[in-house]
Amino acid sequence: MTLVKSTLGRRAFIRNTGLAGGGLVLGFSFFNSCKPKVAEAVGMELEMPKEWFEINGYLKIGDNGVVTIMSPNPEIGQNVRTSMPMIVADELEIDWKNVVVEQAPLNTNLYSWQVAGGSRSISSSWQNLRMAGATARQMLKEAAAKAWQVPASEITAIAGVLSHEASGNTAGYGDMASAAAQLEVPEQVELKEITDFSIIGTTRKNVDGKKIVTGKPLFGLDVQREGMLIAGLVHPPAFGKRLKSFNADAAMGMPGIKEVFSLKLYEDDFDKMAFHFTAFNEVLVVVGESTWQVFQAKKAIEVEWEDAPDVTQKMSMFGNQMEVKHPAGMENSEGHMSKLKELIARNAKVARKDGNPEKAFKNAAKIVERSYSCPFLAHNTMEPMNFFAHVTEDHAELLGPTQTPEWMEPAVAERLGLPLEKVDIQMTRQGGGFGRRLYGHFMVEVAAISQRMKAPVKLVYTREDDMTQGIYRPAYYATYRAALDADNNLIGFHVRAGGIPESPLFANRFPAGAIDNYLAEDFTVDTNITTGAFRAPRSNFIAGAEQSFLDELAEEMGKDPIDFRLELLKRAEENPVGNPESNDYDASRYAGVLELVREKANWGQNQEGIHRGVSAYFCHQSYVAQVLDIVMEGDKPVVEKVTAAIDCGIVVNPGAAANLSEGGAVDGIGHAMYSGLTFKDGSAEQTNFDRYRLIRHAEAPKAIETHFVKNDIDPTGMGEPPFPPIMGALANALYKATGRRYYNQPFITDKPPLVG
Amino acid sequence: MATFNLKINGKTQTVDVDGATPMLWVLRDHLQMVGTKFGCGIAQCGACTVHLGDNAVRSCQLPVSAVGEQEITTIEGLSEHGDHPVQKAWLEVDVPQCGYCQAGQIMTASALLKHNPNPTDDEIASAMHGNICRCGTYTRIKKAVKIAAENNS
Ligand code: FES
Ligand code: FES
Repeated sequence: MTLVKSTLGRRAFIRNTGLAGGGLVLGFSFFNSCKPKVAEAVGMELEMPKEWFEINGYLKIGDNGVVTIMSPNPEIGQNVRTSMPMIVADELEIDWKNVVVEQAPLNTNLYSWQVAGGSRSISSSWQNLRMAGATARQMLKEAAAKAWQVPASEITAIAGVLSHEASGNTAGYGDMASAAAQLEVPEQVELKEITDFSIIGTTRKNVDGKKIVTGKPLFGLDVQREGMLIAGLVHPPAFGKRLKSFNADAAMGMPGIKEVFSLKLYEDDFDKMAFHFTAFNEVLVVVGESTWQVFQAKKAIEVEWEDAPDVTQKMSMFGNQMEVKHPAGMENSEGHMSKLKELIARNAKVARKDGNPEKAFKNAAKIVERSYSCPFLAHNTMEPMNFFAHVTEDHAELLGPTQTPEWMEPAVAERLGLPLEKVDIQMTRQGGGFGRRLYGHFMVEVAAISQRMKAPVKLVYTREDDMTQGIYRPAYYATYRAALDADNNLIGFHVRAGGIPESPLFANRFPAGAIDNYLAEDFTVDTNITTGAFRAPRSNFIAGAEQSFLDELAEEMGKDPIDFRLELLKRAEENPVGNPESNDYDASRYAGVLELVREKANWGQNQEGIHRGVSAYFCHQSYVAQVLDIVMEGDKPVVEKVTAAIDCGIVVNPGAAANLSEGGAVDGIGHAMYSGLTFKDGSAEQTNFDRYRLIRHAEAPKAIETHFVKNDIDPTGMGEPPFPPIMGALANALYKATGRRYYNQPFITDKPPLVG
Repeated sequence: MATFNLKINGKTQTVDVDGATPMLWVLRDHLQMVGTKFGCGIAQCGACTVHLGDNAVRSCQLPVSAVGEQEITTIEGLSEHGDHPVQKAWLEVDVPQCGYCQAGQIMTASALLKHNPNPTDDEIASAMHGNICRCGTYTRIKKAVKIAAENNS
């Protein structure tokens, strides 16, 4: 066992006295009904205890031994509602079938990083979750020691049972929970040895599985309350437009409609965080009795829009002040592309330079140069943006899907004129996140609407509202150049990358550190189209571009693409170029996933009719390598199989992690191949799934196999890392299958068209 | 506004709504049956799939006035105890990520198996074509449909 000071996450162990012994106060119900007497624990029904004893902010134990474990983070499909409680349960030493999981509300006193972002849910709470379980286990042992008058060190705790061998005493956790809850929190706790884990590292099914397949209310859109009104918004039809005037007479006359008004979200001097941001600060609001009535009335408002001027937004990002410029005017995709092409041809801001790249290119016998691009993308979470709020004179209750409750709370409080402690935010299960719900303007919107209406309100975006509202994945462009000498050795490497409005470059990632003469530059283009983090921001383009270029380079040099990467990684490991600290990847772990995928995919054993591409990337502290197999059915490329090798440290829940690996592969293939958002006169040309193409069943890989590297490293990211590299593997396999390289996403429209 | 008597999950339900109201919103807002999901509203994503008689239909494009005497089955009524072979297979494979699309996927899959108890991979892919899963659980869905087909036969 490892001894750790429990002070590390001290505030998480403050007991919330208002709740101690008070039963099921936490959590919310969808229909104002009472909490059930029987709860679903991990898919089966469990009798609820008569009394609960709160041991710490993460768990409470019932008098019958049932344990409720709080899942602190937003659940967006990454399965933390199962995986985070598993960590607590393992250290607590409780049988998983006696665990009930509850979504914790936002509580900055008890929890840290209640955010679904940066693939950090597990890694940032790993230590706290373990300590929460271990502390409770220790307190239960101490309670038993007191009762039995024996040393606590002689007591064992296994699967919810405390035993003292010498005296023959045994007791269930439920018997000792009351006494344990009275004890002081120990100064030090013993964490289990990794080899003693019995739940971590085993596959546990989604705790909400049964509810999902039976259609139980779980999501934000499912919230219903007595007297609840529905609100819908109308925002300007184009970026660069704003509200001038409106006439709501016709809409007000429609059945069920209560009110139509314009809503200004933030005052001009509001100190915004980047996550508070909205493209359209003034919108029209329609409030009515039912969703359909509101959707219909929105179309009946006569609105006049006008051109918006140049706007400079001041906002902060974790304490850093930034200014974001939104130039006036209606933008077009052609204009975007020509601007990117114009800038890519010029020198840009140097982000990293090693050796003498200018000389290397001057002396090169051959220069390979290729350019890559991708369009804006909408997140398109399956559940459109929505949120519920009930605001009274002195209190605000908010409930719904958000990835950033903690960061949105101050904005809501400020907008309502309420102190922070009067704003309560709870999270539902969320129909996808992908970064979109990091930006919670809809929470501020619904709170303001509820305050004005003096009623509980659920705000519902239509798919069109959602897709045309902004916060897109930026459009990016990159040019790679490699200098080869007369013997075909790589002597120089140059990447210049830019984007609207941010650059996708990671100057210190591979192959930086592996090439003597290296230059990385980047540039940005201002826009009034708003963008935001999209699953694996920046990596979601640059990985595919870089990995396609390395593939082409390997071919040019007459090398196997895996061997070529391994050679570079060997150089980066043994004799890194530049300050080794500045290379932000571990070359041996990088090589490890390539070696594993080579073995598992039987790389090198060519099979008739199977065309393979490989790719590997590091982001969110994890390493992923993928091999993608294509077979041609006529002139149509079909993805037969993806083999993935992943190093994300200790894998908490292998089945759930494999699901994320599969989802990442499908998501990456889908977006690289089919998706894109284009603009005409400031408006998105795709407003729903009829024109915005998302990957569908028949286009998904027929099989996906995932292999994890086994090690004892604390867990790292899993939600994002499998997404970026697959785009490179796809492009490389397409080349083998069709003889053509694909440079511009979505590949389906890259000229000449891939298939009909 | 008009009164409609609807046969839903074996029960008769009466609602007083505009006849143009899509069944999706009748279910969700008026009958508080929220298992059927809203994804696109234009019959492109399949999140709102229910059975009309034995067929999978998109309830977002089905006006309540068009239902008449036909029996509607929603995810809540697919089985009494959540043990329809398709639901069981979904749990066995642990299909969901976010879970939002899954009610629609299950309704399409269960209608497919009613008509074609032993579908090939291609038949599964084409029957499921109208159901988007943004999280990308397609390979698991296919596996679950096959398991359900096997367990059913
Ligand atoms: S909501 Fe009906 S098909 Fe998308
Ligand atoms: S599981 Fe999230 S959309 Fe299918």
